[in-house]
Amino acid sequence: MCATCGCDADGNVTMHEPGHHHDNNDHHSHDHHKKVVAVEKDVLNENNLLAERNRGYFEAKNILALNLVSSPGSGKTSLLERTLTDLKGELEFAVIEGDQQTTNDADRIHATGTKVVQINTGKGCHLDAHMVMHAVQGMKPKQNGVLFIENVGNLVCPAMFDLGEKERVVIISVTEGDDKPLKYPDMFYSSTLCIINKTDLLPYVPFDIEKVKVNAKKVNHKLEIIELSCTNGEGLQIWYDWLKSKVLAPEPA
Amino acid sequence: MHELSIVMSIVDIAQQQAAHANAAIIDEIEIDIGCLSTVQIEAFDFAWDQAVKETILEGTVKKINRIKGKARCLDCETSFPLENLYDACPNCGQHLIDIVEGKELRVRSLIVS
Repeated sequence: MCATCGCDADGNVTMHEPGHHHDNNDHHSHDHHKKVVAVEKDVLNENNLLAERNRGYFEAKNILALNLVSSPGSGKTSLLERTLTDLKGELEFAVIEGDQQTTNDADRIHATGTKVVQINTGKGCHLDAHMVMHAVQGMKPKQNGVLFIENVGNLVCPAMFDLGEKERVVIISVTEGDDKPLKYPDMFYSSTLCIINKTDLLPYVPFDIEKVKVNAKKVNHKLEIIELSCTNGEGLQIWYDWLKSKVLAPEPA
Repeated sequence: MHELSIVMSIVDIAQQQAAHANAAIIDEIEIDIGCLSTVQIEAFDFAWDQAVKETILEGTVKKINRIKGKARCLDCETSFPLENLYDACPNCGQHLIDIVEGKELRVRSLIVS
């Protein structure tokens, strides 16, 4: 069982690369002296320490690490496919995919020609810093690049687990409810950017885009919001500009 | 969610701290659980009883400090109690708030012998 989160993850976590076939007491009885031990330790300490270690690694290699979170089906993988295709050659990309089972998402990313590793969590419901650390050790992402970490589709648990990312991007689609941020506040509170995807479907759904933005800002007033559609390309340029603005120019040698 | 794993992490922390202090018995453990943290207290209590069996914390008295949510409005500087992450400032109605207290999930101290 995973020591950090208790799910069956650790025993069954596997990693795959597409294209490769082959993972006190003091026993003096008179002394009953009681002592107060100050601890002051965060319970998720172990994950947080590993997350900071990841963060240090990313900063040292000038890698922009992004943690993409959402419900299953909001369009995380499609957004990545589109981004990796459109910005090919402009930035150095690597991807870590997280799902319970299959390499389907990693295969899709691999088809864009981007370096990718698939983490299968088995019964696990989120990625944690420990898994990301191992994936990064294996793939050795390039300096000055962008690392996308596509988390397991889940709007609840990933909120608790720092992976060492620079930005956390929460994605919702217009086919979901516009009260989503209020129903899942922890995720929206812990994110830095919110992407509203599938805007091409707005004419067909009762989704109120202004309402979702107000709701998101109620939970997290610092949240940046971008509206886009992976299918018709609307708004993608804003996302690309945002991405490029976050990539630091490499230090001169 | 994950209350069981949270208790297991607390057992680990307690074990490490007790070992450092050369103590074999932990009489009491003090834990801060903020009201705005991701922990559901009923699930926590249930998980506790199961998870501490045959560990150093079996028989330890647990003292939980429920830290109430508190926020500060960045607009009008009012401090106010916060029940939900999406609540507005009761003074000016704005949502430009900073959470000051309530998200804690931390082992404060142990009393050992």
